[in-house]
Amino acid sequence: MASSGSGYDLSSSTFSPDGRIFQIEYAAKAVENAGTMLGLRCRDGVVLAVEKPLLNKMLVAKTTGRRIHTVDEHAGVAITGFVSDGRQIVNRAREEASSYDETYGTKIPPQTLASRLSTYVHYFTLHGALRPFGASTLVAAYDPATKKHSLHMVEPSGVSYEYFGAAAGRGRQPARTEMEKLAINPKTSASGGEEELITCAEAVKQLAKIIYTLHDESKDKPFELEMSWLSEGTGWKHAGVPKAVIAEATVWAKKEIEEAEDESEDDEMEE
Amino acid sequence: AQAMAGNQATTRPITTGTSVLGIKYRGGVMLAADTLCSYGNMAKYKNAKRLLSVNSNTLVGASGEYSDLQSISDLLKANALADRCTADSLYEEDNNEECAKEVWSYLRAVMYNRRNKMNPLWNDVVVAGFKQNTDGTTSDTPFLGVVDKIGTAYEDDILATGFGGYIALPLMREKYRADMEEGEARALLEDCLRILFYRDCRALNRVQIAKVTKEGGVLVSDPYELDTFWDYEGFKQNKGSLGTDGGW
Repeated sequence: MASSGSGYDLSSSTFSPDGRIFQIEYAAKAVENAGTMLGLRCRDGVVLAVEKPLLNKMLVAKTTGRRIHTVDEHAGVAITGFVSDGRQIVNRAREEASSYDETYGTKIPPQTLASRLSTYVHYFTLHGALRPFGASTLVAAYDPATKKHSLHMVEPSGVSYEYFGAAAGRGRQPARTEMEKLAINPKTSASGGEEELITCAEAVKQLAKIIYTLHDESKDKPFELEMSWLSEGTGWKHAGVPKAVIAEATVWAKKEIEEAEDESEDDEMEE
Repeated sequence: AQAMAGNQATTRPITTGTSVLGIKYRGGVMLAADTLCSYGNMAKYKNAKRLLSVNSNTLVGASGEYSDLQSISDLLKANALADRCTADSLYEEDNNEECAKEVWSYLRAVMYNRRNKMNPLWNDVVVAGFKQNTDGTTSDTPFLGVVDKIGTAYEDDILATGFGGYIALPLMREKYRADMEEGEARALLEDCLRILFYRDCRALNRVQIAKVTKEGGVLVSDPYELDTFWDYEGFKQNKGSLGTDGGW
């Protein structure tokens, strides 16, 4: 590790001499060691994907330990890190969404939801009696007023940004590299339009491929791929990606990875 | 246990809707109501929706205080959304929405609880949809029930609230058959609504019909107007000169 805490890391209400709060960094470490989580804003919606490690062969995997949760009709949230910490964030998100609707009579705008969660998570970094959340949260939501869909990520420090593509967990560095190729920033691309982005249907396959590529058969536990989307196709309602579609994407992903391996083997042999 | 100090309990309804009619037919349940909300003697809101869907397979309609119906509707819709969010699975086909019978039971608890605090929701609420199988899936058996402002819960094949109980219910009971076709049921309800418009001074001939079926889910019609015929001898006759009490 870069520096040992040496006494400045015992409480989240203590700065270190070089201006860091170690407890927050340690919380981020908890997320870094957890299953990979990806979110991609597509042309026609947002897709979320989480690598859910199957801790125990005896686990009934289908419903236990879900990582992706519906927070309101038009909003879904994915978590990685300490799942129990993540559950608290999910519950808070549901409360924020329903109380906003009760007060203002409209669905909570994505930016507002992300900022409410941000404030909530940040609160836990300010008190000596509390510890920061050891979970990162991806928020996929649609704003019926502006007709725009968006993706935000809230980190254990309480910062939240809007992303075209976001990744957290074990494989986030290589995932980001791969996703950059898919989530071209319309402002910086030459032709500049939203048409440059891929569709949700395509993203499901690509994200599955990224997760399978990053997963190390020998080192990591076997996993289940949980995916959800919020798109024009679902009527802008957050829903699980149909299991058949995930299965198809998995088959395609594995084939692509095999073909890429064969190609690189051929290259090696030629040398 | 009255309402909190400084607040008053509900003692009388202000903006009110009149009868709601309900009938089971072959393949589903149908509700009917007019679109009038009266403000005492004034016909104030002539396009008020008193029939609403609560989830994809349950219909609710109410007579009485309109603001209380709006509050009940918000409550039931929030429940439906919370169920959807907290369900075990992200997939609709795995999850069960509250069926009509559950909504009816829940409403009974709500209404009775308010009555016990001497602060009722001043409505007669009709719930239409389907029952639930023992495994939790929605049954094919249609369900029609009513809950009143004091928490009485009752289910039957034909229901009517308010004035409808006096005027429409006898007509519906006479014509009802368990295997009625949708068209027959609709014609019967429209006829009842028309007669209610003749006889109930708080009724209107602008109406809505709504149905729930297993395949089609919930369908609420747009409001439309019923034709009326005022040239019956019985209407034109000068009843005052007959030597009776001058009534019907």
